[in-house]
Amino acid sequence: MTTGPLPGPTVNPVNVILTEGLSKRFPKVTALDRLSLTVGPGVTGLVGANGAGKSTLLKILLGLSPATEGSARVLGLDVARDGGAIREQVGYMPEHDCLPPDVSATEFVVHMARISGLPPTAARERTADTLRHVGLHEERYRPMGGYSTGMKQRVKLAQALVHDPRLVLLDEPTNGLDPVGRDEMLTLIRRIHTDFGISVLVTSHLLGELERVCDHVVVVDGGTLLRSSATSDFTRSTTTLAVEVTDTGRHPDGTAALVAALDRAGIRTHAGGAAPGAGRVLLLEAADEETYDTVRDTVAELGLGLVRMEQRRHRIAEVFHSAAGSPADSAADSPADPAAAEPGRPGGTGQPGQAGRTRTGETGKTAETAGPSRPRATSGGPDGGGRDAA
Amino acid sequence: MRPETIAAADPSAEAARIHDIGYRRYDGPRLGRAYARRSLYTQSLRGAYGLGRSARSKVLPMLLFAVMCLPAGIIVAVAVSANMKNLPVEYTEYAVLLQAVIGLYLAAQAPQAVSRDLRFRTVPLYFSRPLERGDYVLAKYAAMASALFVLTAAPLVILYLGALLAELGFAEQTKGFGQGLLSVAVLSVLFAGIGLVVAALTPRRGFGVAAVIAVMTIPYGAVSTLQVIAWDQGNLDAVPWLGLFSPITLIEGAKSLFLGATSAFPGGEAPSGALLGTAYALVLLGVILGSYALLTARYRKVGL
Repeated sequence: MTTGPLPGPTVNPVNVILTEGLSKRFPKVTALDRLSLTVGPGVTGLVGANGAGKSTLLKILLGLSPATEGSARVLGLDVARDGGAIREQVGYMPEHDCLPPDVSATEFVVHMARISGLPPTAARERTADTLRHVGLHEERYRPMGGYSTGMKQRVKLAQALVHDPRLVLLDEPTNGLDPVGRDEMLTLIRRIHTDFGISVLVTSHLLGELERVCDHVVVVDGGTLLRSSATSDFTRSTTTLAVEVTDTGRHPDGTAALVAALDRAGIRTHAGGAAPGAGRVLLLEAADEETYDTVRDTVAELGLGLVRMEQRRHRIAEVFHSAAGSPADSAADSPADPAAAEPGRPGGTGQPGQAGRTRTGETGKTAETAGPSRPRATSGGPDGGGRDAA
Repeated sequence: MRPETIAAADPSAEAARIHDIGYRRYDGPRLGRAYARRSLYTQSLRGAYGLGRSARSKVLPMLLFAVMCLPAGIIVAVAVSANMKNLPVEYTEYAVLLQAVIGLYLAAQAPQAVSRDLRFRTVPLYFSRPLERGDYVLAKYAAMASALFVLTAAPLVILYLGALLAELGFAEQTKGFGQGLLSVAVLSVLFAGIGLVVAALTPRRGFGVAAVIAVMTIPYGAVSTLQVIAWDQGNLDAVPWLGLFSPITLIEGAKSLFLGATSAFPGGEAPSGALLGTAYALVLLGVILGSYALLTARYRKVGL
């Protein structure tokens, strides 16, 4: 066995996963419908509502379930013919619990390493290494029955990584975790690629959390591909900015005054929606960094208090709309979307990615607001402009 | 952080260098399916005696193992001290005398071997690795059969060593010992198959234990009763045929048919004849292969 320091990201094939016209039909449902997608090296998020076909896709990619039609290649290997070879180089973390409670994490991961084909000594060394990397220390010698959900998720991740795969498939790894555990898991997922050089395909039904760690996001729905693009495309191309201001003696209607002032400055605004409390929120398109400064300065000149100024990212629903060819902001204006109202509710949980979930009537899909985003250009206003202000 | 950057930044950080060596790739050999199957076999066999698991899971198998060996020790001690000409118990007979212990062991450990993986949903982790469904079933089956063989063969070894110590006839003892080993080997494979199939039906361990006990004892009780009735009514031909219908009497009949062991059937009715021989061999083989096929079918649904 030879081990050495990591030579950096090493996945060289252009396509880690490639599917062409992949379909999977069960007697009653069509789980995948002519799905063609390409996944390159890096961290890729696979987003879809429950039942969108994510788990079916993972099964086919592992070579465990034959596709009804179409083909798929993983790491350049055909899933129909080389399932065994694929599974040797791929790690899989299931969504559900899979740990026997009366065995210690070390014992369990060593066993799984050996089932992956690692010789006994290597299996023990890699287990110690991997458990350390996922952040499991002294407790790894205790039976897993007493572990917290966060610790169990770490062990599940460790068993997927222990044989040093070239690709890991993570099925809903943040499920059941509290906000802190969720953040730690997401950071860990990012590290799997940046530090370990292993490509990642991670599924979730929350677009918001995947945006934070993925290079590329694939959205599937009803077994078909809705959208596949770099994460930056989801957010950067049209950043919607939500602004809310207070009224003052000089400007009894601060919002109206700001609309007029911004209009003079050449920035178009529109109301934040019809839901309760949303009447005071202004939405505008921030083309570049200067827009932030313009808004800040305008508010300061008017002497208004800046309650909030935040990026509002697109929700899955909007992705659906724009995939259908309609402008993204029409979705944000739609009165049928109460979730557009107040993602950054004052006194709310303040947890990114946790904010309001809703079901959009027309599509019947669980959608989620992408959550208040990274703090950016919010300071400098009269009130500091935090989203939890007021 | 890379080791060299730490060293460059702070020469005194030697300790940190040991603890933070970054991620290391694995370029060593990957030993493939056969090795994975062997690893699963070893782990399952150890697990059948509670090794590598909590202390609590060691108690029952170890206790049953001791109970199984204790009479053999006593017999040997008596035989040696009393200068017996022969062991009071035949090698092929021993397992029958302690069949209750074997049944208990099977009932306790067969669910342990398969229900655990189903209940805690560990099975998908196996099938997401190079291991195939057939490998899994084969490893589990072999491990259970081996565990039973260890349980049933150990007392025979004690008897044999004791017999040699007592300087009983070497050739005769060796022949008996060989026949005994063969009979417990067949018994182990047969019982393991039945126990695993029954246990794999349910992820609930308690149900598994009860079901295995039921399958081992109820047919045996029924068949024995019918045999006694048949024998009572002078229907001697029916006695060995009835023996085909329960695992324990199946082994009994096969032993007297193929190994010339004393029959434990009512009135010592020993099955004989080519027809009965074929029937016993076919049923034995059928049950063993059938168990394997059923187990394989059982896991078709479970993958992921």
